[in-house]
Amino acid sequence: MIKTDILIIGAGPTGLFTVFEAGLLKLKCHLIDALPQPGGQCAEIYPKKPIYDIPAFPEILAGDLVDNLMKQIEPFQPSFTLGERAETIEKQEDGSFIVTTNKGTQHQAPIVAIAGGLGSFEPRKPPIPNLENYEDNGVEYIIRDPELYRDKKVVIAGGGDSALDWCIFLTEVASSVTLIHRRNEFRGALDSVEKVQELKNQGKIELITPAEVKDIIGEDSVEGVIVKKGEDTIRLSCDHFIPLFGLAPKLGPIADWGLEIEKNAIKVDNTLDYQTNIPGIYAIGDVNTYPGKLKLILCGFHEATLMCQSAYQRIFPDKRYVMKYTTVGGVEGFDGSKKEAPKAVVKTIE
Amino acid sequence: MEQDITIYITDREGEKHEILAPTDMNMNLMEVVRSYELAPEGTIGICGGMAMCASCQCYIESDHDLLEKNDDEEAMLAEAFYVKDNSRLGCQIHIHNNLEGLEITLAPEE
Repeated sequence: MIKTDILIIGAGPTGLFTVFEAGLLKLKCHLIDALPQPGGQCAEIYPKKPIYDIPAFPEILAGDLVDNLMKQIEPFQPSFTLGERAETIEKQEDGSFIVTTNKGTQHQAPIVAIAGGLGSFEPRKPPIPNLENYEDNGVEYIIRDPELYRDKKVVIAGGGDSALDWCIFLTEVASSVTLIHRRNEFRGALDSVEKVQELKNQGKIELITPAEVKDIIGEDSVEGVIVKKGEDTIRLSCDHFIPLFGLAPKLGPIADWGLEIEKNAIKVDNTLDYQTNIPGIYAIGDVNTYPGKLKLILCGFHEATLMCQSAYQRIFPDKRYVMKYTTVGGVEGFDGSKKEAPKAVVKTIE
Repeated sequence: MEQDITIYITDREGEKHEILAPTDMNMNLMEVVRSYELAPEGTIGICGGMAMCASCQCYIESDHDLLEKNDDEEAMLAEAFYVKDNSRLGCQIHIHNNLEGLEITLAPEE
């Protein structure tokens, strides 16, 4: 069981900045994120895009913003459960919460801060009839164990990096690899596109473009796919069909936690502290809603700051505290580091 | 209100709306749909308008002369679902005077 003061669900910019504000109050944080790396959408969707409305940064790349936040929170030694989705929450008799992920990892904290953005990233599933019936019976959206494909016939659909990269990788494992994409152009990294071209020339990858998988054949498991290419319908025998169309965020299991939901977001009390209808559970950043809500990173930072003050009061109801400026109090890390403003130099002139 | 144009939007439930869209606020079609709440929040404009998701896909039903798709839009549409010949990403269509009378239908949610 992982124990912490504030359990943050979602390691995007708002979740990461929460670690800093909590750290100033000497509260420890642990973050859960469904993605394998911190940064949320900034890291997953648009790391190379510039952001222009972060105060005091006329321009900063989303990926650099995440790197800076990771550096800023380093003294507060946050811990992470990455690549796992927060699945269930249980309130304990002592008022704390136990959050369990889809992989069974358990976390306990008196405060839960949901900073889940638009939700956890899930694979986009193409609208193919009965696709879900074949899931884990020949249809996979994420390649977890490449050995599953050893000496098998594999069909991959998609036109981005993951489709290209897995095609390249699986030529070493599978007995045949076929890549299907709706157009002839691919938007993956140039290296990957060139490598697929080379493997195609060597006959190691069969490329079918512009084409689309329309149906799956098979009794209980995948035995083949029906591909539409222009006016032609191709029947392709295979053991696995892997649609790789990237990820899209879904609110997911959080929607069933008994929280008040409005407009696909969690309703919070914005006049006070961004607490949800369940005391001790807060929602900050893009995942929450209140009158006048704006889904901006800078608003997430503000919400995280106010939320941490409220969380402190909730954990220590009898302690008096006033907010300290970092220019005055400095930053005392949990790692023993201390950053503070240099003291004034006083010297006598003789 | 001379800077507003009329656009006809059929939502995902099949209901047709006649709306006024401003041409002076650098808005795109996805943002206009959101501003009138013609699709639930969280189901449209997920990537914010960077042509990196297809949640704002729509079908152009009228005969307007639109700007060509750029590479990002072409690539995203090639990986979108429910795509037709008249599919476009709403976030890539900027509201301009020449879109007066534009008719679109929102594509189904993925």
